[in-house]
Amino acid sequence: MMVQTIVFIILAIVTLGAALAVVIVKNLFHSALYLMLSFVGVAGLYILLEAPFLAAAQILVYVGAIAVLIIFAIMLTRRLMDKDLVQRNAQWGWSALGAVLLFGTLGIILFRANWPVVEAVVPSETIVILGKELMGTYAIPFEVASVLLLAALVGSIIIAREEK
Amino acid sequence: MDLYWYLIVAAALFCIGLYGALSRRNAIGILMGIELMLNAVNINLVAFWRYVKPAVLTGQIFAIFVFTVAAAEAAVGLALIIAIYRNRDTVIIEDINLLKE
Repeated sequence: MMVQTIVFIILAIVTLGAALAVVIVKNLFHSALYLMLSFVGVAGLYILLEAPFLAAAQILVYVGAIAVLIIFAIMLTRRLMDKDLVQRNAQWGWSALGAVLLFGTLGIILFRANWPVVEAVVPSETIVILGKELMGTYAIPFEVASVLLLAALVGSIIIAREEK
Repeated sequence: MDLYWYLIVAAALFCIGLYGALSRRNAIGILMGIELMLNAVNINLVAFWRYVKPAVLTGQIFAIFVFTVAAAEAAVGLALIIAIYRNRDTVIIEDINLLKE
């Protein structure tokens, strides 16, 4: 139990610290690298929550695909990433105040709520159950998700294509 | 580890992402904030699955669908940003005000 607590604290610090760096750092390229670190931290939290498949998917989809896509976009719009460019807009102070207030409210609500926590054990073959559920109970959402991905693929190619 | 601490970490991550999405001038920076917020939601889903109903994997399946939608959103969003950059020569949100003029 002690080891889990220490690992959780380290992962939480890494995730939240990297996330803070993502929104504060001036250079957007560094921001994207911190975003990758934050995603890795979240993957660690998934492992701690005994969801190894999600951790692997997190690394593959977020670190492997989305973060690389973001870095690509930053590279393609490079000229606007000068270091002296102001990256915050005029209402950043209000945004910060709103975010802190929201966090305070959420914190109070979360600690006051009485969550129905159970002391059950996670099934040993979660990945097998996950696959069966995706192909059984959730077959239609699964197919809809694949259509969504296809539509996003075609749509993004058409949007980003250079007009002849 | 207690459920509360996961929820607190997720809430903090969500608020950081919210601040990023609201305070950045660059469209790519806003997109990064949105990705952080989606991650916070996923931590919540998995934590609730683990501590409230570990026998039924609905929380994990929901998180997988959030992954899918996040991937689609990132692809289309970045394609839009590149298209805007090509046409308007900027990705600063304040300068993209064609409909306002």
